[in-house]
Amino acid sequence: MTTATEVMKPPRTEVGVLGWLKKNLFGTWYDALLTVGSVAFISVVLYGVTNWALTGAKWGVVTTNIKVFMVGRYPYSEIWRIWASIGLFAVMAAITGVVWRLNIARARRAVTISWIVVSLLTVVLLAGFGENTPIPRVPLAIWSGLMLTLTLGIVGIVASFPIGVLLALGRRSNLPVIKVFSTMFIEIVRGVPLITVLFIAMLMLPLFLPASISGRLSNVLRVMVGMTLFSAAYVAENVRGGLQAIPKGQYEAGRAVGLNEAYVMALIVLPQALRAMIPAIVGQFISLYKDTSLVVIVGLLDLLGIAKAVTGQTEWIGTQKEVFAFAGVIYFITCSALSYASRRLEKQLGVGER
Amino acid sequence: MSAIAVARQRTLRVLRDERFLRALGQAVFAIAVVLFVAWCLSNYRDRGLTFTFRFLREEASFDLAEGMAFSPVDPYWKAFIVGLLNTIKVAFFGIIMATILGTVTGVARLSRNWLISNIAGVYIEIIRNTPVLVQLFFLYFAVILKFPSLEDRIVLPGPIFISIRGINLTWPRPTESFAYWLPFLIGAVIVAVGIYAWRVLLERRTRRPVSRLPWTFIALAVPLLGWFLVPGNPLYPDRPAVEGLKVVGGTSLSPEFAAILFGLVIYTAAFIAEVVRAGIMAVPRGQTEAARAQGFTEMQILQLVILPQALRIIIPPLISQYLNLTKNSSLAIAIAFLDLYAVSSTMLNQSGRVVEVFLMIMAAYLSMSLTISVLMNYVNRRLAPVER
Amino acid sequence: MKARSWTIVSLLVLGALLAACAAPAPPAEEAPPPPVAAARFQTILDRGKIICGCNAELPGFGYLNPAGEFEGFDVDFCKAIAAAVFGDANAVEYRPVTAPERLPALQTGEIDVLIRNTTWTLTRDTANEVDWAAVTFYDGQGMMAPEATGWKTFEDMEGATVCSTTGTTTEMNLADAFRSRGLDYTPLLFEKTQDTATAYEEGRCDAQTSDKSQLAALRSAMEHPEDHVILDVTMSKEPLGPLTAHGDDKWNDVVRWVVWGMVQAEESGVSSVSLDDMLESDDPTVRRLLGVEGEMGTSLGIPNDWMVQVIRAVGNYGEVYVRWLGPAGLNIPRGPNELWTNGGLIYAMAVR
Repeated sequence: MTTATEVMKPPRTEVGVLGWLKKNLFGTWYDALLTVGSVAFISVVLYGVTNWALTGAKWGVVTTNIKVFMVGRYPYSEIWRIWASIGLFAVMAAITGVVWRLNIARARRAVTISWIVVSLLTVVLLAGFGENTPIPRVPLAIWSGLMLTLTLGIVGIVASFPIGVLLALGRRSNLPVIKVFSTMFIEIVRGVPLITVLFIAMLMLPLFLPASISGRLSNVLRVMVGMTLFSAAYVAENVRGGLQAIPKGQYEAGRAVGLNEAYVMALIVLPQALRAMIPAIVGQFISLYKDTSLVVIVGLLDLLGIAKAVTGQTEWIGTQKEVFAFAGVIYFITCSALSYASRRLEKQLGVGER
Repeated sequence: MSAIAVARQRTLRVLRDERFLRALGQAVFAIAVVLFVAWCLSNYRDRGLTFTFRFLREEASFDLAEGMAFSPVDPYWKAFIVGLLNTIKVAFFGIIMATILGTVTGVARLSRNWLISNIAGVYIEIIRNTPVLVQLFFLYFAVILKFPSLEDRIVLPGPIFISIRGINLTWPRPTESFAYWLPFLIGAVIVAVGIYAWRVLLERRTRRPVSRLPWTFIALAVPLLGWFLVPGNPLYPDRPAVEGLKVVGGTSLSPEFAAILFGLVIYTAAFIAEVVRAGIMAVPRGQTEAARAQGFTEMQILQLVILPQALRIIIPPLISQYLNLTKNSSLAIAIAFLDLYAVSSTMLNQSGRVVEVFLMIMAAYLSMSLTISVLMNYVNRRLAPVER
Repeated sequence: MKARSWTIVSLLVLGALLAACAAPAPPAEEAPPPPVAAARFQTILDRGKIICGCNAELPGFGYLNPAGEFEGFDVDFCKAIAAAVFGDANAVEYRPVTAPERLPALQTGEIDVLIRNTTWTLTRDTANEVDWAAVTFYDGQGMMAPEATGWKTFEDMEGATVCSTTGTTTEMNLADAFRSRGLDYTPLLFEKTQDTATAYEEGRCDAQTSDKSQLAALRSAMEHPEDHVILDVTMSKEPLGPLTAHGDDKWNDVVRWVVWGMVQAEESGVSSVSLDDMLESDDPTVRRLLGVEGEMGTSLGIPNDWMVQVIRAVGNYGEVYVRWLGPAGLNIPRGPNELWTNGGLIYAMAVR
């Protein structure tokens, strides 16, 4: 014990709490100044927020209306269908997790297929059939609240991806007509705000369709079309970026082994391009999900729309802070979950680790 | 081989010819598109709808109280211009302010100060993970509309009034003697350019980095001198004052303009911060260390070593953030600011000319997007070092 | 830059399109447009329910209650029509529409009937391809201001900021009212009525203008309704009522006679309380109205007991009025909306 006294202890200023403080907060005189300023700023903000949240805020507006926030006008008696769908998805997620964790290669295809089946099942379950069936039809037009937000997000993402890929291929195509068409579509859509596209889908589109068709298109469906086309233009640009990054040698090698152009594209180039662009495409999907909130401007009752409607209730006058903060938190949780999932996906696929 | 068989063979060859198939495919596609458009137009006409821009010359008969003066007897086209100018105003100030806030936040995120870096991080995460519309609603309905009334206004020295009716500032306005003072202002600019050129030359000659911008402030002495030489004061402070139900004098910022401007700045700055951070991080550490070893000051390292290299990476995504800000300004309609979109919406409701107004909106936004990308691409080409 | 040149091309094409469209319209438009909604009534019957465009944010007239259902004065007329056509007041799909989109929604056939405090004007009736069926509420544009101001006339309001909803006749009437008096004012226009009300209540504007019924509705939803007064000024006539798209007069007839039937029921003393007794009544008008004799319902193309269903579902005009606008509701005095027999303007055409 006494023999080891030669080992020098590290200087007091570089380890422990004090050392950390010195290194990270009080390095120089202006660092110290900034730190003190920041502490003051954080204290004021934290005090203000917690004081409001714990004593001032009327959270009753959220708890009373929680059902309206979540599913809006979906009939009371049919809410079990939403729970059933959530249950289905939870089970599927668990199975997928197990299969991927244990790396059971054979089960992967089965899992993928059952995802598609379950998704279709959920759509049927939520939308229902005719009047006198155990699951009566719940028209799309009355879907609202968080449920509508999620529906718009999911439909937009699923539908805009293939269209985006097609547009990207069209823009890279050597067929002039296709190329001009794709390019014009992409550039015009990207040059105007989403809200313009939504209003065109809401107000202008019906004018160009015969009454027999436009009368049957619900406003939710039209908004979905608008959002999908808008997002597709952005996805297309991301995919195009990925396509450009693939070396020419890959095409040439593909052609050399006797594949025709379509096969080269589908089997060699596109898979690599998509894999490289996963971060960008996921980023685009997150922004699409956030953009679903814009439907409130065209009069749909999504999560934000419901939030605004709730502030109009007589007993909850002046609760804008509570309501918008609640909506913000829900968006924050769902968006953060999406970005977390995308980071996991990137890691798993080894994107960027070349 | 019979003549028929030969002919058939030839036809087959043509049918299998890739060039022919390509042409055919494109022709079919083009015809399909044209037919679809024609079908749409015939449906439009079947509804008894017409297409004309004649309404633009008619009296608008509504009032617009933001931006350029407008009265109900003015025509529709003038209303459109009012909206367009308001949008440009938001985009212009928004881009400048978001760039400043975004750069500061991005640098703060990289700060060695743990607290500063994390404050910036929390700000970026919260803003990036919530929709801009939620933020705008919160800012307008939950913050700005809770400001005190004009009677109980907050008065800051200046005076600056802050109330639910907006922010009113004291504003310098020219007097008659301003004309005499103008040459001094122009002189100041010339002197500033001269000093800058001299510093650049000095830098070239001595081959040592010298500070340039701070020196140009010397030029401020010129208008200062002029102020005393000119008879009377060339500018006078126009102070806001409450008169009846409104504030007269000074300059004002309406609550709606403040909401859309600050809302977009706060939102876009969080994205710009990430762009700036990624740009700076892409510059290898060795560059900073080498510069430091050569005795560059921290400011010089940032100005002469890091930024020129980082900018090349920063500018392309920065352009798309600028475009996003401009397009997002259309959300002003949700908080009653009279931007291009909100004015057009009113025009459309009062005139019933849906398609015409929408074509005008699209053309206006496309032109703005185009202008910004042209300008920024020009900047990008000037700043980008020669590719090797 | 490649992307840029493409943008230029797109812009040019758009410009060309604009120019092409702006050129004089081809003579094709001389042909009369075929009716858009010729078979609307049949479509509704096949569908088994009506799609009713309504307001989602106007207390008393049309709003979403905490249970997520629509209710109000206007909504009751949707229910009445459904009861008359299908014998089921719930055979309605409610489609909340904002002021700017309501007429296009009707024109494009997205909704069957619009019952959303919409003023009957000549311009709308002719330019928008719609037909009003009846008037359910006689209204006028008014002005609401805090009581503390003591305002009585427009002249008192010199320099005021006035909040209003865009996309309606309101903003034009407002401009006219101040301009004709040479008064200075600042308009502040919101897209949604509820936002207008919020802005006014928070003090963003000195006054709010809208139809008086709406002002009463909005005031009732305020934290301190007693602090606000509706000034005794009227800027316009605002007869409100349900409307349908041009083309199917049969459907328009159904809507109109359901409204008049409810008015006649009040006049004849038929209410949800007295209904069972009234079915035994000897009064020929009542007997015809309730389908005990005659073919009133059948000739409209709906079941002959239509009014029985309507009265059972929502009651007569007066009952609907009292339910939403009476002392327990918005507390709007009936005034011009009293029956003609009591000195008001509410009058049904003859049911025979």
